Order: sequence, then C-alpha cells, then structure tokens
Amino acid sequence: MSALAALFRRELRLANRAGGGGAMGVVFFLILVTITPFAIGPDLNLLARIGPAILWIAALLSTLLGLDRLFLSDYEDGSLDLLEMADTPLELVVLVKCLAHWAVTGLPLVLATPLFGLMLALDGDALWGVTASLAAGAPALTFIGAIGAALTVSLRRGGFLLAILVLPFTVPVLIFGVSAASAASGGTVPFMTPFLILCALSLVSMALAPFAAAAALRSGD
Amino acid sequence: MLKYANPTYFLRLTAAVLPWLWGATLLTLCLGLYMTFVMAPADYQQGETVRIMYIHVPAAWLSMFIYTVMTLSALGTLVWRHPLADASQQAAAPLGAGFTFICLVTGSFWGKPMWGTWWVWDARLTSVLVLFLIYLGLVALWNTIEEPLKAARAAAILTLVGVVNIPIIKFSVDWWNTLHQPASVLRMGGPAIHPSMLWPLLVMAVGASLLFVCLHLMAIRNEILRRRLRRLSYLAAEAADRGLEPQMEAGQ
Repeated sequence: MSALAALFRRELRLANRAGGGGAMGVVFFLILVTITPFAIGPDLNLLARIGPAILWIAALLSTLLGLDRLFLSDYEDGSLDLLEMADTPLELVVLVKCLAHWAVTGLPLVLATPLFGLMLALDGDALWGVTASLAAGAPALTFIGAIGAALTVSLRRGGFLLAILVLPFTVPVLIFGVSAASAASGGTVPFMTPFLILCALSLVSMALAPFAAAAALRSGD
Repeated sequence: MLKYANPTYFLRLTAAVLPWLWGATLLTLCLGLYMTFVMAPADYQQGETVRIMYIHVPAAWLSMFIYTVMTLSALGTLVWRHPLADASQQAAAPLGAGFTFICLVTGSFWGKPMWGTWWVWDARLTSVLVLFLIYLGLVALWNTIEEPLKAARAAAILTLVGVVNIPIIKFSVDWWNTLHQPASVLRMGGPAIHPSMLWPLLVMAVGASLLFVCLHLMAIRNEILRRRLRRLSYLAAEAADRGLEPQMEAGQ
C-alpha cells in the first residue's frame, strides 16, 4: 500500500515540477471554449442551449491532449521497466497512475467548468448539472484513454494514433454526459437516470481498463 | 487442429482449397445477383430500391461477423501466441473496414429515397459508424507498429476492448426506438420477410460470406509469405554481413 501511496505522491510531484501539469489542460480548455463563439456566433441563447455539449467536447479534447504523457516520460527514462518488474502488480500501478493523472488534469477541468459555463451563458441548474456530469464522467475518459496511451507508448509520434484509437470508445461517456447535463436544465428525462449510468461507466472503466492497459504495456516489450 | 495451424500445412491446404472456394463464390454471387435483379419482386411500397437490401444486409451481417472472427483470432494471439492467429487478425481488419464501408454507403443510398435523407444520427447507424472507426483505428495500429509480434498483441487488446460495440449494434434497434427498422430475419418467431425476398437475400449472404472467406484466406497467405520474406531478408543481410567482414579484414 505504501508503495502505491509513494507512487501517487511521485506522480503529483512530477506533474507539479515538470511541464506545468494540469494548468496547460485548463488553458487549452479555455481556448476551446473561447474559439467556439467565434465559429458559431455570439448568440447567447444558442450558446446556452449547446453550452453543455461545448464544455463536454472541450473537456474530452483537453483530456486527450494530456494522455500521451501518462506513460511516455516513464517509458523514456526507463522507470516504466522498473515499475513492471516490481512486486506491486502492474494493474495497480496503472490504476494509481491514472488516479494521479486524473487529479492533476481532470480535476482542474471540473473545477474550472462553472467559470467557463458562465461565459457560455449557462444559468444555475445547467451550470451545476454540467459540472456534476463532468465530475462523474471525467475519470472514465482518463481510464479509457489509458488503454490507448499504453498501446501507443512505444511508438514515435503516437499522439495522432492515440486520438484515433481512443475517441470512438469515449462515445458512450459523451452521450450520457451531455444528456445528464441537458437533463439538469430541464427536459423530459430526470437528471439521475443518465447521471447514474455515467457513474457506472466511470466505475466499470476504472475496474477494467487497468487490466487492458497493463496487458498493453507488457505487450510493448 | 494444431496440424492445420502449422503455417506450411496451412499454405498447402489453402492452395488446394482456394480454387474451389473461388468457384463456389462466383457461382453463388452470380446466382444471388440474378435472383436479386431478375427474380426478386419489387416492393409494393419501396419499388425497385428494395434491391439495395440484397447488398446492404449481407454487408452489415459481415461487418459484425468479421469483428467476431477478429475477436476469436485476438484470443488466439493472446492465449496461444499463434502466428496464424496474428495473420488472421491482421488480414481481417481491412476487410471488415471494407464491408462496413459498403454497408454504410449502400444504407445511405437506400436512406435517401426511403427516409429522404442520406444520414440520420440513429442508434443503429451511429453504432455501425463507430464500428467503422474502430476498424480504421485497428488498421492504423497495424500500420504503425513495425514489429509484427508486438503489433499483433497490441491489436488483440484493442480488438477485445472494442467487442463491447458488437452487442450494442445488434440490439440497438431493439433498445432504442429509432428510424432504422428492427431485425426481420434473425428474430424470435421466424423471419418477417416474404420467401420471394428471403431466398435471394440468403443466397447473397452466403455469397458475400464466401467472398470474405476467400479474401481472408488469400490475405493470410500473403501475410505468411510476407513474414517469411522479412525473415529471409534479415538472414540474407546477416549472411552478407558475415561474408563482408573477412574481406574487410583481409583488406586491412
């Protein structure tokens, strides 16, 4: 257990000291939210209607952008080999690395969402709904993405491939995330129905993805 | 079973079987196309456009069937580490992408006169589109990783992750009530389609499946030969290296 705790602390420290960590993801998130009104026009009613979708897509792309760093630096300096050879199961190592990655990149996105939602003219209920749905769904994005990151870690220029591999699998998360966010601001579906499915998606991916990602890391040798 | 899985034996066996399989494929497809365009009646509502079904539905069945073949091959790769399973996976991915593409395009041609639109974001259409994207991702993964053994294991893991999409496609028309019609051939209580249309459809489905088997076997053969060539060129390069060294030493 203490090994895993040490790994978690190491990941946080590395993210904070090298490369800006989560701040870059939030800036990218802000840029995506900013350029959308340029593309579709500054009509506040329209923005309020599609705001949850914009925030979800922006969060998805920001998560994707940070994913290649999940295993890459450890692969490059060789510490991934040490982690693979250690007594701690690689599946648990992957789980802890994903949780740390989520804490560094996913959590700041969730915290920034209410602020950026205001820029898209979302009001109280909608703002609360989209933040809650992102908080529940962002872990699923990280864990599904971890599979792609593990598959592409040993490839030069794997970033493009990573996006192609991961994005089709994030479709269910996006569907239920956006429908939960829209349900919060009034609609025919009660908020809890898509929200609970979203939580289930996060939990299932948290339980299964570490096995697939660990297998993918081992297959890279 | 293990005997047939030996690549050399596999090459011999398929060399003997393939001409017959191609013959059967061509006969079935010719018969199927004749039934499709001459014998099958036009629909009382849809008119002649109903004939698109005889291409569309077999392609749709195959798009899912090929993924199942790929999943079984992926298990063969991960569990038995068998080179033939690797080659089968690699050969199936582009074929699956091709049949899924045919399914999407013919469906689009059929949707325009019937539904009045080329595309709707209906559950069945969307899940098949996601299947197409997964196929393309697998092809990209195969192309990117140079080392065949590594590529096979990576693709196998991704294939097994992607298998969740297959039941979603199959049952999407039952779970969500959308524009695409529910299953009318493989369903409880027998087919809901008249025999004069069912028979051409079944013959076309058999023909398309035979076509896939032929193409798949040929692609596996090519892959085996390609890997041998790769191995031989390594050996030749090694031998050339060894042959070169003494000369260089003699020159010094």
